[in-house]
Amino acid sequence: MAPHFPETVLDIRDFSFRLGGKEILRNVSFSVLRGEFLSIVGPNGAGKTTLMKCIDRLLVGGVGRIEVFGRPLESYRQKDLARRISYVPQADGRVIPFTVRQFVLMGRYPYLNPFSSVDREGRRAVEDALQMTGAAEFAERRLDTLSGGERQKVYIAAALAQGADILLLDEPTTFLDYRHQADIRDLLSRINQQGGTTIVCVTHDVNRAALDSDRIVALCGGRVAFIGSPAEIMNADALQRLFQTPFLLTPHPQAAIPVIVPGPPQGRGR
Amino acid sequence: MIRRWTVLSLLAVLAALALAGLPFVGMERIPFAALWRQGDAIDVTILWKHRLPRVIMAFLAGSGLAAGGLAFQAVFRNPLAEPFTLGVASGAALGAAVYIHLQLPFSLLWISGSSWFAFAGALLAVALVYGMTRARQGFSTATMLLAGVAVSFCFSSLILLMQYLSDFTQSFVMLRWVMGGLNTVVGFGEVLTVLPLVLIGTIVVLYLTHELNLVTTGEELAISRGVAVNRTKALLFVAVSLMVGGIVSVCGPIGFVGLIVPHICRFLVGPDHRFLTPAALLCGAILLSLCDTLARTLMAPAELPVGILTALLGGPFFLWLLVRRAPLGDAVV
Repeated sequence: MAPHFPETVLDIRDFSFRLGGKEILRNVSFSVLRGEFLSIVGPNGAGKTTLMKCIDRLLVGGVGRIEVFGRPLESYRQKDLARRISYVPQADGRVIPFTVRQFVLMGRYPYLNPFSSVDREGRRAVEDALQMTGAAEFAERRLDTLSGGERQKVYIAAALAQGADILLLDEPTTFLDYRHQADIRDLLSRINQQGGTTIVCVTHDVNRAALDSDRIVALCGGRVAFIGSPAEIMNADALQRLFQTPFLLTPHPQAAIPVIVPGPPQGRGR
Repeated sequence: MIRRWTVLSLLAVLAALALAGLPFVGMERIPFAALWRQGDAIDVTILWKHRLPRVIMAFLAGSGLAAGGLAFQAVFRNPLAEPFTLGVASGAALGAAVYIHLQLPFSLLWISGSSWFAFAGALLAVALVYGMTRARQGFSTATMLLAGVAVSFCFSSLILLMQYLSDFTQSFVMLRWVMGGLNTVVGFGEVLTVLPLVLIGTIVVLYLTHELNLVTTGEELAISRGVAVNRTKALLFVAVSLMVGGIVSVCGPIGFVGLIVPHICRFLVGPDHRFLTPAALLCGAILLSLCDTLARTLMAPAELPVGILTALLGGPFFLWLLVRRAPLGDAVV
């Protein structure tokens, strides 16, 4: 058997980005391998969301290089880029007048021509995405009648229907309750393991990132402050340097890496 | 699905009935035989020189304004957007007033000089309102309406200035025309200049139905799905300005058709632009041709400017939309 060289699907080199005169990202470099689950962590305002938006060209400009499947980002037509990368934004309460199925069907846009509609293969992709995410249960409901957790599943379903190789997610579980957090976590793991989709996920929950991912990139003040395995970042000194606050770590009862536990507020012993 | 096709077929039948029937409604009774009789008998002249061109013009203007309103509502993600509230109609009116004042009779590529000037004014208004709304991050209703009102005011006072600077005949032409009406349509000349513009605009809006659907869900989602959003918006703005410019240069600013019709159609066929666009085209044609028929019969032999009639219908509707919770992507008010 030939030796297996992992393929780089996303390569970011010395990328800097300014917005309104302020430097948000500074000399960011890292790459993402095919089939990897990579989390991007960091304090608020570290530039995590901006980086995601630059990768999917929701924000344009910046200095440096971003390559997607070995081709410069600028050389892609928007539709071709959408076949490579799909983006799940932070869920918000915006009013979207479509039903869940209509919305997920729109994920097939990169394969459509004007005056045409979704073909049979596309419809199958949509049904698969609805089944996999569990959104099939409420497929005929209007999007703006759903709860936050259901909405997040629909956004992921639409991104899946898009059939891209790389899935970018921005804080997918932040505002969800425990059950929906668990649902989304399991879903992402299945998408990654079974579907072979590369996942890049922004979160500020370091525990979540450490338990879910193959590798972690930490951003701090717009720079890459850490790249490494979950075991490497789960270290009280490393974490304190990143987040400027002390951390308590404890062994996880099931996983091989320690996790962060919240400490009591100062001055209130126990 | 079945319901949507039924509604579309019904609208098509209604439009066909309006097109066939309305030319025969009016003070002068005209026998159907006038359709195939030759010569210049009075009823033949009324039918072929006045009523038929006028109904066809109402169809073109109604369809075009409705399609324009639909496109603007999607791009601005705002249920109150339409050529009139965005100041596009006044931009077009200003352009045409400048043309009347300068007395430059020219035409280019089959399109009359007043249409070109109206197009330029309309495009300027879209650019201004869009730029102002954009500069304030997101598309809040308040900013959009304020920008639209401000642009309208500026342009209206410039029109007044034009009138002040013009001689009596010119300023009367402008005044009557600013009221909005189809009474100037005589023969098929105007119809033929507006037809290509409305066709271009309509084809562009129909060509972009998938994009309009996606833009309704939000600009970032649309880009991420592969829509070249800036190109889409530029194409729509130019096409709709061309169309509205052409319509306004003949009919004057006719308000609220572009506001009412998309909402009626959303209620009838739902939010999918693949159905919504043809429905809006048909419904706009029916509504404006009915309004225009009322305008020329209610006070016959005198005639109401149809713009006044549509504004009387549209004003209360606009207020109702404003106080009611917005149905289309209007997250920030």
